[in-house]
Amino acid sequence: MEIINLEGTEDTPRIILDKEKALFEISGRSLPEDAAEFYAPILEWLDKYQTMPNPETNFSFKLEYFNTASSKLILDILSKLDNIPGSRVTWYYHEDDEDMEEAGEEFSELVENLPFEFKSY
Amino acid sequence: MKYIYDLHRIMLRQNLILVYEGEFTQEITKSVLAMAERNMDAFGEEAAIKRKVFNVMVECLQNICKHAEAYDTDGYGRNSAIFMIGKHNNEYIITSGNAIPQDRVEELSARLEHINSLDKEGLKNLYKEIIKKGELSSKGGAGLGFIDMARKSGHKLRYDFEPINDSLAFFSLRTTISRTNS
Repeated sequence: MEIINLEGTEDTPRIILDKEKALFEISGRSLPEDAAEFYAPILEWLDKYQTMPNPETNFSFKLEYFNTASSKLILDILSKLDNIPGSRVTWYYHEDDEDMEEAGEEFSELVENLPFEFKSY
Repeated sequence: MKYIYDLHRIMLRQNLILVYEGEFTQEITKSVLAMAERNMDAFGEEAAIKRKVFNVMVECLQNICKHAEAYDTDGYGRNSAIFMIGKHNNEYIITSGNAIPQDRVEELSARLEHINSLDKEGLKNLYKEIIKKGELSSKGGAGLGFIDMARKSGHKLRYDFEPINDSLAFFSLRTTISRTNS
């Protein structure tokens, strides 16, 4: 399967999606003006991946900041993962960033089965 | 040329560390954010406070990019607006002002009033309710900006509408972020 490897910028996150190496990670800052457009290829990739997923998918979010437009798209990603058996999320937050920790908790409440693990750094 | 001195004195008196007037785009948003960040870094602001200020700034600036209307079209570009940050001993004050269509005043005012009527838990529930519905507006907004600003601020949002003409109103919004850790 194709590999998505996007370098982070000042307003978009670094994204690696690599089925073969089992790397699934979104990190950095996400505040694109058009979040739907930015995340469209990611959602398409997940649609394809869903048809032939690895036995386990550990998806990491290590976000420093995201805007509300991105939060909607993050939930879309989580909803897709929710339908992929064997997937789980590791939600990283900076140790003094209660807002990011709480955001992760809220996302975990918005999906059905997807297990979340919280890690501070 | 006295207006320069007057303007500077007003800025000092209001403790304004940043004022931007003009057209708002994503590129400008990034520059304003970078300036504010550097400014806060320069006097060693706490990371937690910095993140909240950054957060409110992003929502505020992107609201302007999406929704501000041009009003003095001879002198200004599209979506001209004003954005300011004031730094006081105990708080940051993030203020914006931009034109919106008159016919949106009522709906906007009701929405802000509703947000201000909610406590922490109420805001959280409203946020989850809207994100679950999951619709993006034609302008790419998630309808969550003001709620997020209120949540990050922990204070009520202050707002005002001044009529500009028959079709436009000037919308001012003021968000406070405490510098003492709550």
